[in-house]
Amino acid sequence: MSLIDLANPTRFLALSARVLPWLAAATAILLAVGLYLSAVAPDDYQQGATVKIMFIHVPNAWLSMFVWGVMSMASLGTLVWRHPLADVAAKAAAPIGAAFTFLALFTGSLWGRPMWGTYWEWDARLTSVLILFLMYLGLMALWRAVEDPSRAARAAAVLTLVGALNLPIIKFSVDWWNTLHQPASVMRMGGSTLDKSFLIPLLVMAVAFTLLFVTLHLAAMRNEILRRRVRSLQMMQASRVAFSSDMGTGSRQENASTGAA
Amino acid sequence: MTALSALIRRDIRIALRVGGGALIGVLFFLTVVVLMPFAVGPDLALLSRLGPAILWLGALLASLLTLDRLFMADHEDGSLDLITMSRTPLELACAAKALAHWLAAGLPLIVATPVLGLLLNLDMVATGAVALTLLAGTPALTFTGMIGAALAVTLHRGGLLMAVLVLPLSIPVLIFGVAASQAAIVGPMTFGAPFSILCALSLVSLVIGPFAAAASLKHGLD
Amino acid sequence: MQGKMQLSGRGLGCVRGGRQVFSGLDFEASSGEAVAVVGRNGSGKTSLLRLIAGLLVPAGGTIVLDGGDAEMTLPEQCHYLGHRDALKPALSVAENLSFWADFLGGERSDAAASLATVGLDHATHLPAGFLSAGQRRRLSLARLLTVRRPVWLLDEPTNALDAAGQEMFGHLMRQHLIRGGLIIAATHAPLGLEARELRIGGVA
Repeated sequence: MSLIDLANPTRFLALSARVLPWLAAATAILLAVGLYLSAVAPDDYQQGATVKIMFIHVPNAWLSMFVWGVMSMASLGTLVWRHPLADVAAKAAAPIGAAFTFLALFTGSLWGRPMWGTYWEWDARLTSVLILFLMYLGLMALWRAVEDPSRAARAAAVLTLVGALNLPIIKFSVDWWNTLHQPASVMRMGGSTLDKSFLIPLLVMAVAFTLLFVTLHLAAMRNEILRRRVRSLQMMQASRVAFSSDMGTGSRQENASTGAA
Repeated sequence: MTALSALIRRDIRIALRVGGGALIGVLFFLTVVVLMPFAVGPDLALLSRLGPAILWLGALLASLLTLDRLFMADHEDGSLDLITMSRTPLELACAAKALAHWLAAGLPLIVATPVLGLLLNLDMVATGAVALTLLAGTPALTFTGMIGAALAVTLHRGGLLMAVLVLPLSIPVLIFGVAASQAAIVGPMTFGAPFSILCALSLVSLVIGPFAAAASLKHGLD
Repeated sequence: MQGKMQLSGRGLGCVRGGRQVFSGLDFEASSGEAVAVVGRNGSGKTSLLRLIAGLLVPAGGTIVLDGGDAEMTLPEQCHYLGHRDALKPALSVAENLSFWADFLGGERSDAAASLATVGLDHATHLPAGFLSAGQRRRLSLARLLTVRRPVWLLDEPTNALDAAGQEMFGHLMRQHLIRGGLIIAATHAPLGLEARELRIGGVA
């Protein structure tokens, strides 16, 4: 199987149909293992049981950035090779990325609640993720606002790549803004010295969530391809005039079908 | 009545279907509110003091900026001609369009308010007060903004010109909206007085807006 | 439909953008009659139709409809088919048509049958945005059929229609005239039916 074969939407549909069940099964198993390991992991001496939110939070935060990376690759595919499958990949990834980012924010604020006493603190990390979330939503709005998918794809691809270049700058500025106002960071999460009893469940969860993304992404891409086929079938149907009334002529039908081709 | 309800249903359906027009308003609201702390700093005490004002400003901008195509789209595709010719008085048709716009674009802003209140460290009472004042005040914004939307059709210009025309008209709503929310949170005024004035402003604009919009549409016919 | 109707204009004048388009224009049309408004570009054909539709205010003169529904104004008894089709691309063909039927009100006939007549019955559930220019025009013709109005004001009605479509439309107009309606059409192309000619703005 070469990359060229995969790039054909029909081949992609056939292959992904075969791969998806295995992927889904692997995801389920890994998630189950990861959740078990997280459940039996010891409590933190400072944070108590709340540290376990980390096992959900960190993989989501990792994916929120990873998905943007995937979209950037797909955008390169759109702009450089003008490949329709790349458009599909980029479009399908955006809502999933937004969902992971939302979960990262949600779990982050749940984690912050006992730490800060409020659900939201303008902490540098959380704030950066919030901006990332806004960018995902903007991208989704762009996809929805433009009717023609291939035109939307190019606009979204440019925006995605600009976003990818801008994200480090945004991250840096937010860090700077935050330290300017708040010399000491309230919470240090992760850190370099993570105990092995935390590290292993975290890694398993990270892999499980990444697999979850791949599974969801493949499924969403299939849906998007099918949605586009429905759309083009509808357009063909609209132009295939069955001029049924009494003064109908056959020539109209032929004209219409050549016009649509 | 069927004519008006048909118009309302059509406009809501289009707003929900095309490019998530209504949801872009919410996204704009969210973005404006998120920008504020970068300007004033992440001090939660300060943010919660400014919270109602920030939320009101965001909601005001979001509800007015989504308005500029209220009549423009109908004008461009010729629907406005048919609406003008029909038996339904143009004033009522304008009111129906504004109501549809408020339902599709104004209500989601109010629904989003609690989430944004969380970001600004507002407590339950404060969030509730802001949401309630927005519920009472955003109809006034929509119905006065409608006048600007009608002028945009007449003048063949939308966008910033409309904002410049309409934003000054919305100052009273902003004053009493923020005053009522602040009264509920810190006092010393009672909540009732500014809130009643806010409701009165909404009711007045419900009457004036459709007539002014219809008048400017009729004059702009060509 | 009502009894004998007569639509007449006397001494009509139209000023647009400070320029006098026409003045002292008289016309007359009665039930069962079609008037083809002809003239070169800029002679005011569209303006005349919009004057009758109440979408422009005349600079002088009067327009009277005798014998119509006394409770309705002239514009309320007109169908205006302008250059633009008054369709929403996001709504389906059926939704577009049923909206106008509900909004315009009054006596109406079956929407599905009208769609079949104009040759769009295969596309009722599709978004109007997928239609070609000619099909959009057919959909606005379906509006004229679904909602009954005695006076049809048509601005270049056969634009974008193919030969079969023009033939179909000629048939529809003849039926409308037989039922006692009247038609005023601005046109460059032949309408495809017997029509009195109203020439404005000098020689074409």
